[in-house]
Formats: sequence, structure tokens, C-alpha cells
Amino acid sequence: MFGWEFPPHILGGLGTASYGLTKGMHANGNMEITFVIPKPWGDEERGFARIIGATNTPIAWRDVSWDYVNSRIGNVMDPQTYFDLRDHIYADFNYMRLNDLGCIEFSGRYPDNLVEEINNYSIVAGVIARTVDFDIIHAHDWLTYPAGIHAKNVTGKPLVIHVHASEFDRSRGKPNPTVFAIEKDGMNNADHICTVSDLTRRTVIEKYGIDPAKVTTVHNAVIPLDDELLNLQRKDTKDKVITFLGRITMQKGPEYFVEAAAKVLNKNKNVRFVMAGGGDMEQAMIRLAAKRGIADRFHFTGFLRGKEVYQMFRDSDVYVMPSVSEPFGISPLEAMEMGVPSIISKQSGCAEILDNVIKTDYWDVDAMADAMHSIITNKALYDTLRDRGIEEIHGITWEKAGKKVIDIYNKVIESRK
Amino acid sequence: MKSVCFYFKIHQPFRLKRYRFFDIGNDHYYYDDFANDEIVSRLAQSSYIPMAETLLQMINDSNREFKCSISISGTAIEQLQLYVPEFIDLLKKLADTGCVEFLSGTYSHSLASLEDPEEFIRQVKEHDDLLKRLFGVKPKVFSNTELIYDDDIAAVIASMGFKTCLTEGAKHVLGWKSPNYVYQAVSAPNLKLLLTNDKLAEDISRNFNNTAWDEYPLTADKYVDWLASLPENEQVVNLYMSMETFGSFLPAGTGIFDFMKALPRFGKEKGVSFTTPSDVVAKLKPVDMISVPFPISDIDEARDVSAWKGNELQNEALGKLYAVAERVNLCQDRRLKQDWEYLQSSDHFYYMSTKNMADGASHAAFSPYDSPFAAFTNYMNVLADFLVRVEEQYPENIDNEELNSLLLTIRNQAGEIEELNKEVKTLRNNILNADDSTNAPKEEVLEIVDKKDIEAPVKVRKKPGPKPGSKRTKKA
Repeated sequence: MFGWEFPPHILGGLGTASYGLTKGMHANGNMEITFVIPKPWGDEERGFARIIGATNTPIAWRDVSWDYVNSRIGNVMDPQTYFDLRDHIYADFNYMRLNDLGCIEFSGRYPDNLVEEINNYSIVAGVIARTVDFDIIHAHDWLTYPAGIHAKNVTGKPLVIHVHASEFDRSRGKPNPTVFAIEKDGMNNADHICTVSDLTRRTVIEKYGIDPAKVTTVHNAVIPLDDELLNLQRKDTKDKVITFLGRITMQKGPEYFVEAAAKVLNKNKNVRFVMAGGGDMEQAMIRLAAKRGIADRFHFTGFLRGKEVYQMFRDSDVYVMPSVSEPFGISPLEAMEMGVPSIISKQSGCAEILDNVIKTDYWDVDAMADAMHSIITNKALYDTLRDRGIEEIHGITWEKAGKKVIDIYNKVIESRK
Repeated sequence: MKSVCFYFKIHQPFRLKRYRFFDIGNDHYYYDDFANDEIVSRLAQSSYIPMAETLLQMINDSNREFKCSISISGTAIEQLQLYVPEFIDLLKKLADTGCVEFLSGTYSHSLASLEDPEEFIRQVKEHDDLLKRLFGVKPKVFSNTELIYDDDIAAVIASMGFKTCLTEGAKHVLGWKSPNYVYQAVSAPNLKLLLTNDKLAEDISRNFNNTAWDEYPLTADKYVDWLASLPENEQVVNLYMSMETFGSFLPAGTGIFDFMKALPRFGKEKGVSFTTPSDVVAKLKPVDMISVPFPISDIDEARDVSAWKGNELQNEALGKLYAVAERVNLCQDRRLKQDWEYLQSSDHFYYMSTKNMADGASHAAFSPYDSPFAAFTNYMNVLADFLVRVEEQYPENIDNEELNSLLLTIRNQAGEIEELNKEVKTLRNNILNADDSTNAPKEEVLEIVDKKDIEAPVKVRKKPGPKPGSKRTKKA
């Protein structure tokens, strides 16, 4: 499997989803998984998958001793793996900028030279594909498609790609041509495509012109939260708290949240609104809140990490995700698991599988405001959504999603025989 | 001789328009006129009118031997009067034949029988008055909203003077017993019960155009055969169906109207008569008592009231609504009372049902809302505005009993003033008459005596200084 992010060092939903899916597949048994990420930190969960860091994979021969390798990267990788990989270097990459182990340094994030990093990742994938014995290649999101294609070309093994988001979702319909080209190439070369929702599936079929027969929806799930997080204590507040949590970008529709907030505050002053997260539209939103005259009750937290996210959920009475286009959207599921009633846009993928949430169109600010008001004023509705929501989430497991992916693998392998 | 009773149910609620929370306090009109007009007109054209014409023809062709009964709610009548008045004329024609019995029920197809017996009685009276006004007959047989029934409700129905009640032949109540007999209520032995035969009704309403059914196609000949071949002692079959079944669920193209038209002829051949519930109970004696400790209805597989009272949302909405029942009935505001009527329709609560949410079955099919949560939100917004208006009538901090006595005082004060004026007048007259040395006119004296009799209880209730206080109340 090729991925870009892996918990706990994640920047978005991609890492969580790849992790959950891998774990779910492992739980189905009889499966060996190697997970390649650009840069492991050493604190990733092991056991269900072998993690190989692209940044620790040599692509040029360096004469180094076992002890040296162990002291350099022993915390993230078994030195033996390093030597195995070193035996499979397939070309002379000494012209590239390499470190003392003959590896390319990856940031593991989304740097400005992202396209270059994607390319490097694909070079590394060639070494790994020659080293590791496997039956199928699974690439998560466009960043890893070139690597997946490379691995497929080297080994002839079938390629399954997983579309967690498409460029059409990220850009509200104005795709970056480079990214689009990489995605399209990946889809054309894939033997099968998994999408996280029917919404994404339609995008793949309609916007990328892919044969519907090779696109299957595998809805995301949630990893049950730790008791430590579930038992977080709520901070005492007099007011009701309604929260937006996510990147503050065009795709997430933050302006609709602000407009709906203004409508609610117009009628009911005992509510506070929180916009948690960071993003390129943050300043515009601060200005918009001020313009609507609700800045005294509208708060920005900046980017939240780890436990802070769950503390935010715990302190909220309502969670809102007004995404304009959301391939799946895992955070409402987490909010529901924390017992927070959620309002989501009908344009999010998770709306396809959730029942105990309120769904509105993202542009329907009136409906959104109405739903917010209804939840905070009607205890019966709050209780129903909370209790049934928790129940519902417990039925959505990665194990089921993993089973679905394994079935796809079997089908793909079968069809090649 | 078998007796078969057809019951055709007609009900339409006043559907609510999209009502946002910022409308609360600003907008006091709650109804989606466009949708109501569209739905009622469409159903009337495809179903109600052709069915009524069919029935009329059946009655005439059979020399008035074919009889049936119709259960229609007050809110349906109001909307039909508004949008399809010609249908009301048809109903009048049917009533005039004397072959169609109209059943009693709740005015707005409400759940009052489960929530508030007093309101229930008021609604039934209101409904029956409307029928009397329109069709000139007072209903004698009771059929509750979706046939909701239990022992307590039976007692209330009997207390209103009804001798017959139609209810659901629910399997979990009947057990091995057959619904094709007349029974009596355990809590009110004078109340005869007629029970619906769901199997035979569904053979028409569900299976008539079901090509996968092993008895397809259903002909009038075959159907009457089934009725005639029921065991000797089973004398009555009650077929309760929604009027929309004919022409809407089963479009005219299925031949459903011709099927109906053929029934009386085959009935005559095979000794099956189509009659009214009143005729049936006049002929047959109850065979057994039936006890129904928990409410039943004809809705959903469970045949209970969980379609309206199955989750917290519905219970919350019902609780909030009926909490003001007494208060609203004290009010005089006509529009408020009208809204009170319309908001009680059971449909609003049906839309909030979370049963079958995932596979979106029949609850979703009838609902104008996306989800039960949207239905709840909209209804609660409307209800919030309604409650504000009730509150505006009389402040909440006065309890109902106190309010009642204050209102009585106000109402009586007019009389009191009049009385005092009269007294002044008579005294003046007396003085004048004394001057003329004649007696006071006898009539006027008598009148005063009458008035005094009426006002006697009022004076007891009168409190120190009610006058200024009560006036303020009225203004608030």
C-alpha cells in the first residue's frame, strides 16, 4: 500500500482513513500488508502492517555498517529491511540530492515542491516494489498514484487506487491541470478504483471518463475512540456551543456557517459559535463575522491538534459541516461518536450512509440555521440525535469496509488469471 | 346471508409550510396552501370524484340495495370545500340516497383520544356537528383516527352516547377469534364493536394489481365467492379502506372501478349483501367481549400507536401541544382555535416517525419532509409560534382554574351591569309611577327575577376587586 499520511502525524482525513482501512483489512485475517509512507516518525502503530518509509529507502549504494544504519534509522525501521532494499537498487540515482544513507529526504507533508516529492516517491517505489513480495498494489490518493503505476509496471501486479478526494472536490470545480493529469493517469492505469462515496464515484465516472464497471464505492468508517477521549470532561459553559471544525477553505463552505450563525444569533443570544481549524479563508471569515456584527459570539481557535479536537467536540452542542463538496467527511462520524448531534451538507459523501443527522443543502443557510436552532432549543431532538447517533456509529466499522476491499482484490486477481 | 360493510376513509391534513425559527413571532400563517391545493385536487380528480360517482351508480343500479359507509375528517371536508366543492355536492347526493352512512370521528384526524379525553369529546362533537350541517344526519357509529382503540377510549366513546364502534381486527388482540362477528367492549358492554378484516381488504387494496400474487387477477366473481364461502356463522365482514385506494393507488386503468361496479350483481346471486354498520348491529348480537388494554390502530405491521408515539420526538411534540389544550379551549380567538384544530392532525406526528428510516418505507412515502428530524423541526417552530400566541391571550402565570373564574366574572359583569341598569330604570319608573300613582309594569319585574337566578353562581365566585384586574387580563 502506498499512502501519504499515517497517524499520529496527520494533516487531514487521508491518514485516518488509510490507517482505519488497513487495520480493518488486517482484522479480516490472512493478509500481510506493507504500508509505504514518505516519512515515518517512529511512533506509528505497528503490528497490523509493516511500515516502510520512503525517506529511509536507499536508491543509491552507500557502504554503511549495520550499526550505523541502526543508529540512524533503527527507531523507524528494521536495519535488515534497509539492506534488503539496498540490494534492489535498479538505477544510478547519484545525481540526485541524497543523504549519507543514499536516501532522498522527504518532508512527509505538502511542501511547495509537492510534484517533485511525488516524483521522488515514485522512484523509491521502484526499489520497494522490487524488494517486497506482494500480490496487489493499493495506492491512496493522487500523491501516490505515480508510485502505484511505477510499481505495477515493474512487477506486473494489479493496481487498485483509492480515491479519497478528487481535484474537483478540492477546487470547487476548477481543477489544477497538473493534478488532474496525475489523477486521470492513475485512474486509467488502475485495474480497479475504490471511491469513498457514491458522490466521488460519480465524479470519477463523469469528470474523468472512467468505465463505471471498474469503480466501486467503499464507504469510510470510524475507528472507535479511546476511552480517554470519550471520557473527556466538558468545560462548564452557560451558552450553547455550535462548532465548525475543519480546514477553513473553500471546499468546506465556512462562509455558510457564518451566515447561518448570524441568523441564529439574530434570534437567540445565548449561543456561541466556534470555527476551529486553519486555512486560507480564515481571515476572510474573521472579517465576515465582524461585518455581520456577531464577532462577540463567534470565536476562532486556530488549528487544533490531537486531543484538542476531541475536547472541542466535547464542549460542543452541535457540530456543523457545511461542505460544498466533501468526498466523504469523517469528522461528523467522530462528532457523533462523541455524542454531538451533527448537521451536514447533502453534498458530503457521509450523508449517503448516515441517518441520525440533519442534512441540508450547503447553500441553504436558512435550513442550516433552522436545524441549529432546533437542536439547541428542543431537548428531545438533541437527545434523539445524540443517542441514536452513537448507536449508529457503532455499527459502521472499518472491518466491513476492509472486507469490501478484500473482495475487490479477489475479483481483480481472479479476472487476471 | 352475509353482510359486507365497506368503509371508505377520506382524510387530508393541512400540511405545514416550511416555517423557519426566525418566522416565530412574525408569521402566524402555517399552511402550505399550494401543496394542499395540489394534493387535494389531484386526489379528487383521480380518486374521490370517480369513486363517489361509481358508488352513486352502484346504488342506483342495484335499486338502493348496495350500501356502504364513509368516514371523512373535518379537515378533509374543509379542504375539499375550498378546492373541490363539487365533491362535497357528490357526497351530499350520496347522503341523500340514504344508502351511505357517515361515521363519526375526530375533527382533524387527531390523537386526542390518546392524549386528552376532554379535547377528544370536543373534537368528536365538532366533527359530528359539521356532518349534521352538511349532510343532515347525525353519525351513529364511531370510527376513531386510524381506528385507534383501547378499553379507556371505549369508555369515553360510550359516554358520548355511541352504541357502535369500528376498530382494527388486530391479530394480537383477537388471537384465534375471527373478526367476522360483532363483539362488545369489556369496559363498556353497551358498545358494540365491529372489527376490520384486513386480509380481505388487502386483497383489494394491495393485491388487486399485484401480478406476482397467486390469485391474480382478482375478479368480482371470485371475490364474492370468497365472501360467500366464509363459515356459516361468520355473518359480517368489515372492509376498511382509504378512499385513495380507488383511482390513486389502484389507477382507473387497473379496472378497479369496474370491479366495484360488478360486486352488487354477484353479491345478489350468491347471497352477499352490502350494507351499513348500523344495519349490521341492528341485526346481529355480540358474541363475546373484547379487552384491549393497550391501544391498537390500523397502521404499520405492529398495529399499535407507535407510528405516532414511537419516539422521543413525537412524544415531546405531543406533550407540548396538549399541555395547552385547556388553555386554548378557554380562548375565544377564532384563528387560534382553528390552528389548534389543524395542528392536532396525526399526520404531523406520523412524519416524525423514525421507524424504517433506513429503508424509507411508507412513512417516507407520504411525508413532505426529507427526514423525521426536518418534520420535527418544522412542527416545533410552528408550535413555538402557536404557543406564543396562546400565551399572548392569557399570561402563563395565572393557572387555568383562576383564569376560568376570572373569565366567568368578566362575562358575567356585562350581565351584572345590565341588571343594575334595569334596576335603576325600574326604580326610576317606580318613582315616576309613584308620581303617577300607578303600579310598576309586571313584565319588567319578572325579567329581573329571571336574571337573578342565572347570576346566582357568579356572585359566589366573585372576588374582591376583580373588575380592574380582569380587564387588564383581557387586554394583555
